[in-house]
Amino acid sequence: MTTSSTGRHAGPDDADVTPSAPSGGPPPVTLTGSAASRLGDVLFRRLATGSGMLVTVVIALIAAFLLISAAPSLADNEANFFTYSGDWIVDGGVLKFGIPKLLYATLLVSAIALLIAMPIALGISVFLTEYAPKRLIAPVTYLVDLLAAVPSIVYGLWGILVLGPAMVPVNKWLVNNLGFLPFFREPKDNVTNMSTGGTLLTAGIVLAVMILPIITAVTREVFIQTPVAHREAALALGATKWEVVRTAVLPFGFSGYISGSMLGLGRALGETMALYLIISNSGPIDFNLMESGETFATKIANNAAEFDSPAKTGAFISAGLALFVLTFIVNAAARAIVGRRQA
Amino acid sequence: MTTVETPGLDGAPTRKGSSFKPLAGSRKAVDLAAHILVVVAVIIALIPLVWLLLTLVWHGIEPILNPDWWLSSARYGGAANAIVGTLVQTLLATVISVPLGILVAIYLVEYSDGTSLLARATTFMVDILSGVPSIVAALFVYAVWRTTLGLPRMGFLVAVALVLLMMPLVVRSTEEMLKIVPQDLREASYALGVPKWKTIVRIVLPTALSGIVTGVMLAVARVMGESAPVLILVGSTKAMNWNPFAGNQESLPLMMVQQYGQGQGAFDKVWGAALTLVILVAIVYIGAKVVATVFAPKKS
Repeated sequence: MTTSSTGRHAGPDDADVTPSAPSGGPPPVTLTGSAASRLGDVLFRRLATGSGMLVTVVIALIAAFLLISAAPSLADNEANFFTYSGDWIVDGGVLKFGIPKLLYATLLVSAIALLIAMPIALGISVFLTEYAPKRLIAPVTYLVDLLAAVPSIVYGLWGILVLGPAMVPVNKWLVNNLGFLPFFREPKDNVTNMSTGGTLLTAGIVLAVMILPIITAVTREVFIQTPVAHREAALALGATKWEVVRTAVLPFGFSGYISGSMLGLGRALGETMALYLIISNSGPIDFNLMESGETFATKIANNAAEFDSPAKTGAFISAGLALFVLTFIVNAAARAIVGRRQA
Repeated sequence: MTTVETPGLDGAPTRKGSSFKPLAGSRKAVDLAAHILVVVAVIIALIPLVWLLLTLVWHGIEPILNPDWWLSSARYGGAANAIVGTLVQTLLATVISVPLGILVAIYLVEYSDGTSLLARATTFMVDILSGVPSIVAALFVYAVWRTTLGLPRMGFLVAVALVLLMMPLVVRSTEEMLKIVPQDLREASYALGVPKWKTIVRIVLPTALSGIVTGVMLAVARVMGESAPVLILVGSTKAMNWNPFAGNQESLPLMMVQQYGQGQGAFDKVWGAALTLVILVAIVYIGAKVVATVFAPKKS
């Protein structure tokens, strides 16, 4: 935040700068003119400040309204919201719902996505800052940015109709040859996802593609700022290019890389439409990537048609509230890491 | 790292005739391996992009080459109603979020000193808002409009949800642009006796305009394809509806979901809608690049 210190500019609206009327008495025209300007300044300042406050108010409103809408359903919930992992029962008079399954699937697909995207993003960032010939930097940056420009629903469509079927033989091979690992067991009862490829693994890969640009952008930004002196010191000691990266660039940019990854994680946790198309069946809580599963976001999207009574809607809004809290924590943590770095 | 015999800055092997010893084999191998890995990472990242774009064009080109696709509503086999809905909702969201976002950025850069509680809270909350998942933004609008006020679904609600997603993007990019406006310009204006608000409106904003417009267009491209809000905030329809304040209103993401639900037979329409959506996003995206390059202030 080097520039923010210069953010405040002493302007004519500051009381000490505003020229006070000389005792001789200024011409009335100037007086009315400056009074009008001061009114304009006050109004404009209030408008801008009010808009600034609005952002905080909106966040508070989001939390408040989700809480108010979810509270009655949470109060009527006969199961424990945090431990009940059975089916969601929101029809009729009895409410029974809980988030462990949603939390599990959400975290699992996000973890797969991070596991795939983080090393690749690191590679791209190092390539762009250290290895790429000058004329390649702009096109590669542009292409990676393009990944972020494709709407998420299009990724979902591609994931279920193109990548999923392409993954079917891969999944079969994994089940047959690595089935002894907990991640690649034959799915228990839900076999349709094995034939369409709509598995947690496919979902994780698609998510990885979607969060790659954000991690890359943040990481690259930090790597570029590596002090030239660090780099030159390493070079002066006879370091190879890779040794420069390992001893100067990576230690300097590591926290930025982690916070970029957490921003990506925040995106992955809340991603709705891609996963809505790829995984939609509820799956068991185990670490089998060949299963399907429901995340917070897909659970809500799947049941949008059922928002017909406040009690039912409240149950889904409570899931949304849990997701909001989760992304809030992750994003705040990511910013905290960045903030500590710059301090 | 005990030897100091490399002469070249780029880690290149020793020049002929130099008295330096060449690089040790293992260090050279690791360096080469790292180089290869890094290039492989770039290639891996580009595979899905190329694959996605090729399949998109392959499956989607046929329906959209038919003029009816662009001209008639879904009732007559086209997608015009969905295109209109997407554009109306995005435009509405833009009209609301751009002035708000710019004002917030003006507050942060021109009025706050960056250390006051409100300034720090606002910066933090803009970050949090940019991390709010689209489905949560949609649920919020739903909770206010439907659960609390009991009013009907409409396209306007989608626009409101999009405002929540778009505003932080506008604030961020505008803030960056305002920060790089030279301080001298402001001071020159003050020296001439121009009040601060006029300085901001007449001097600061126009100087940063091309950057702000670019940022806004990128934000538009980002929210245009947001699809979670349409699922719960508006109903689908096959008829043309220009009015976001009454009745159901189709949009391209909603059309994709609806048609996908129809099964195999409708998949060409789904791909067509997807390609149309990507084309619309691409137009805005390219527009942003054009604004950024053509109208950028000249750098000395």
